[in-house]
Amino acid sequence: MDIQIERLSKKYGAQRAVDDISFNVKAGEVLGFLGPNGAGKTTTMKIITTYLRPTAGDVKVGNYSVTENPEKIKKMIGYLPEQNALYEDMPVIDYLKFVAEMQTIIPGKIKDRIFEMVITCGLEGEKHKKIGELSKGYKQRVGLAQAMIHNPEVLILDEPTAGLDPNQIVEIRELIKKIGREKTVILSSHILAEVEATCGRIIIINKGKLVADGTPDELRKHAQGNEMLRVSIEDGDKNEIIQAIQNIETIELVDWSSIKADTIDVQSKTEMSSRRAIFQLCKEKGWVLTEMTPVETKLEDIFHELTMN
Amino acid sequence: MRHIWIIAKRELQSFFDSLMAYIMLFAFLGFSGFFTWISGSDIFLVGQANLDSFFNIAYWTLFFFIPALTMPLFAEEYRLGTIELLLTKPVNHWQIISGKFLSTLLLIVIALAFTLPYYFTVSGLGNIDHGAVWSGYLGLILMSATYISIGIFASSISKNQIVGFLLALFIGIFFHIIFSILAGSFTGTFGGIFDFLSLATHYDSITRGIIDSKDLIYFLSIISLSLVSTEAVISRKNS
Repeated sequence: MDIQIERLSKKYGAQRAVDDISFNVKAGEVLGFLGPNGAGKTTTMKIITTYLRPTAGDVKVGNYSVTENPEKIKKMIGYLPEQNALYEDMPVIDYLKFVAEMQTIIPGKIKDRIFEMVITCGLEGEKHKKIGELSKGYKQRVGLAQAMIHNPEVLILDEPTAGLDPNQIVEIRELIKKIGREKTVILSSHILAEVEATCGRIIIINKGKLVADGTPDELRKHAQGNEMLRVSIEDGDKNEIIQAIQNIETIELVDWSSIKADTIDVQSKTEMSSRRAIFQLCKEKGWVLTEMTPVETKLEDIFHELTMN
Repeated sequence: MRHIWIIAKRELQSFFDSLMAYIMLFAFLGFSGFFTWISGSDIFLVGQANLDSFFNIAYWTLFFFIPALTMPLFAEEYRLGTIELLLTKPVNHWQIISGKFLSTLLLIVIALAFTLPYYFTVSGLGNIDHGAVWSGYLGLILMSATYISIGIFASSISKNQIVGFLLALFIGIFFHIIFSILAGSFTGTFGGIFDFLSLATHYDSITRGIIDSKDLIYFLSIISLSLVSTEAVISRKNS
């Protein structure tokens, strides 16, 4: 089930929470939604789930529009909200039964689905407890279970791993990846490593505007531009080495590394690689090349660069 | 229809889970039993085989109890944020409102069902007017439905349950007594209007055993108006 977001805007009073955003998500894609607090992630997700109405623009899930056929969309969507508010005085199993009935699952299959969700989300030991008595991590699991109980085509998860311990985070990530092979998943997160680990595609928004869209690799390449190498050479005069490297014509900038002693940061000219030239140089001069590492721009840097202006 | 029932069932369950239902049943039966059989102008003092004293006391107890039952219905959903999950399920506003309305009305009907032994007892004491008793119960149910709809509207206004409770009482007191007082102090057209607006006028006429379409229309109009307003408030909050 594809999702199309078309020139979507949402205003709260005079403030533009979402400002003319467009993108598509295809079935079988896990889309990571990144952005600082208040960037408009949650608002966009709430519009996709039909909870909020857009000020302008439209969202289409499958062939249905959120403004014209919200009822149809609600059936296809599983939603885990950011606050994950649940009825605290209900036992887990009763709550899942309530949600299953609301999602019009055939009465004969309700028991099987609840059982499956209890196993998938690891709620076996807690299923008869009241939701209010559960820890935050278990509440989050109940939230995930209720979102997936009707086997929806589209999953919208607003910070799905918030409050989980590291083991649970790994489990939930695996689960999301598994679901993402067939379904459409949109998830938001502050944790960049998480988005990198689970999402095939990343969208970064800032102040309601879309600032980046691509696979993690594409984003890195885009932000990096020039090749960066960390080089360490032994058996030679330090100044001579620096001088010789500087004379290689594909190289733009050479400097002592600020991070590691006796290593050199080498930046190549745009779209050029200097790795072979450096190796040849060492061979000619009889120096020993002990390290040559490509320095990758981390997703954190991209995020920082795109959202801090 | 199925969704209305699913929501009503959950709300009814939550009345019992939160002890609200037990407190309400206990207090209602306690008060009405005490004033019907033991104290004040009770049945033995009046000396007639009818349930007028019960209907008079229920008229007041339900007026106070119903806002306490309706106050969390929407206020809690908005305060906790559970409304978000509810509204993103395949249901519309009307199904949610109707479900909540039905759950409270069912609880009142359960409470009234527990007073049926009064009727059986009194009918054993003398010649009771069966029609008047049943229409009396109908009057109580209509009155309850009216205050439930007002209470649901009040609950949708604020996240604060107490605001919902006080607002429901404030709106309710006009229909319950103020309009009838005003009707007494005005004559002519105004007196007529206030008399028509007063819930007591219509309640009395039904408990006397006269089921007039004018009275039914009165109750149904207030119920519809309150529920339509509730829908408008909910739609506005999510725009």
